[in-house]
Amino acid sequence: MKKFDIKHDFVVKNIYEYYAKWIREGKLKVNSDWNKDLKIKFTVQDPCQIIRKSYGDPIADDLRFVVESIVGKENFIDMTPNKSNNFCCGGGGGFLQSGFKEERLAYGKVKDEQIKATKADYCIAGCHNCHAQIHELSEHYGSNYPVVHLWTLICLSLGILGPNEREYLGDDLKGVNVFHPETEL
Amino acid sequence: MAEAAIKIGGERKSIFKDKVMKLLPDGGNLNACLTCGACASGCPATGLSDMDPRKFLRMAALGMDEEILSSNWIWMCTMCQRCVYVCPMKINIPQLIFNARASWPRETRPKGILGSCDAALANESGSAMGTPVDDFKFVVEDVLEEYREAQPEFADMQAPIDKEGAEFVLNQNSREPVTEPDELIPLWKILHEVGADWTYTSKGWGGENYCMFLGDNDSWKHLAKQSADAATKVKCKTFLNTE
Repeated sequence: MKKFDIKHDFVVKNIYEYYAKWIREGKLKVNSDWNKDLKIKFTVQDPCQIIRKSYGDPIADDLRFVVESIVGKENFIDMTPNKSNNFCCGGGGGFLQSGFKEERLAYGKVKDEQIKATKADYCIAGCHNCHAQIHELSEHYGSNYPVVHLWTLICLSLGILGPNEREYLGDDLKGVNVFHPETEL
Repeated sequence: MAEAAIKIGGERKSIFKDKVMKLLPDGGNLNACLTCGACASGCPATGLSDMDPRKFLRMAALGMDEEILSSNWIWMCTMCQRCVYVCPMKINIPQLIFNARASWPRETRPKGILGSCDAALANESGSAMGTPVDDFKFVVEDVLEEYREAQPEFADMQAPIDKEGAEFVLNQNSREPVTEPDELIPLWKILHEVGADWTYTSKGWGGENYCMFLGDNDSWKHLAKQSADAATKVKCKTFLNTE
């Protein structure tokens, strides 16, 4: 907007900030009880565009606040390095569509190893490019950790996630806290 | 094993770097490199196509325009800016990459990115998957209706398009409406739970912008402006990026 001097009266925000705000204000009544006994571990990808390139560490902290609120503080494991210093997954900049698949997977090896080192069962990716790339890395390098959107876990934690909204959950979570199980297709 | 030394001509030409420096605030600090290698050591693209960020910048400084502008590496750097973040001199290598992309004749740039940009330009959605506005509206209305019936607790859930005066305008990645509409639901449910007053816009709803990745400034601007104007038209206060 600034680059092209496009006139506008609105502010541009990212939804992670609002998820955190709504949880703090009590509007989004999430909790991590569903994971108390399951103890499924999660790590999170910091999207370059949202964290390093736009809002910096404060929004990375919001992202962690949201994740810890829904999966439990003890079930969140951070990658190293992280936040503004995080590595790009290799899905950005058009790489997914550039045709250089072999190179893209080689690029992503850093990310895959970073995720594996956390020993987390799941990787949360709020960005679509990250989601697609990390999902492919998970299969390509054979670890097969599921890669899941943030909104899926928020709704799971709220007990309002239906059976057909679970495309990216692993088998361990397909049947947990199902809302209207009778609607399964 | 050391590689053969790169031989350069006696005449320093460096046309490309100088051109880019004129475009950037403080010239992108492109002349300030200390050659420390912090960029290259933390770049996942280091080694691809026998290139890394420091090498790219040094070659630009040496005026090796032909070599760097013909390298496919410019499409393997994701412009993630980690190199800028760790650089003691805050050198904007990603802008060098962006302008290198823009220097290629448009039709020679990677077909996938070009196709996604052109698909987004072909309709008013701004969708890289080429989805027309009417198709988007149909999917949103259809899937909303389905869930209102199947899950009566959400019988009042809304997914408005072009609702004037809504506090939030949301963009939407094309992937959900086009290939997995059920994945739209969790986001809508969250917005319903918190009582958010939100809307999509019919024009420029597509959240992705492959024209930016293509290094096509005019088309990038067109897509950004299309979304911004649509948000302005409904008197949006907050444009909310959903990913």
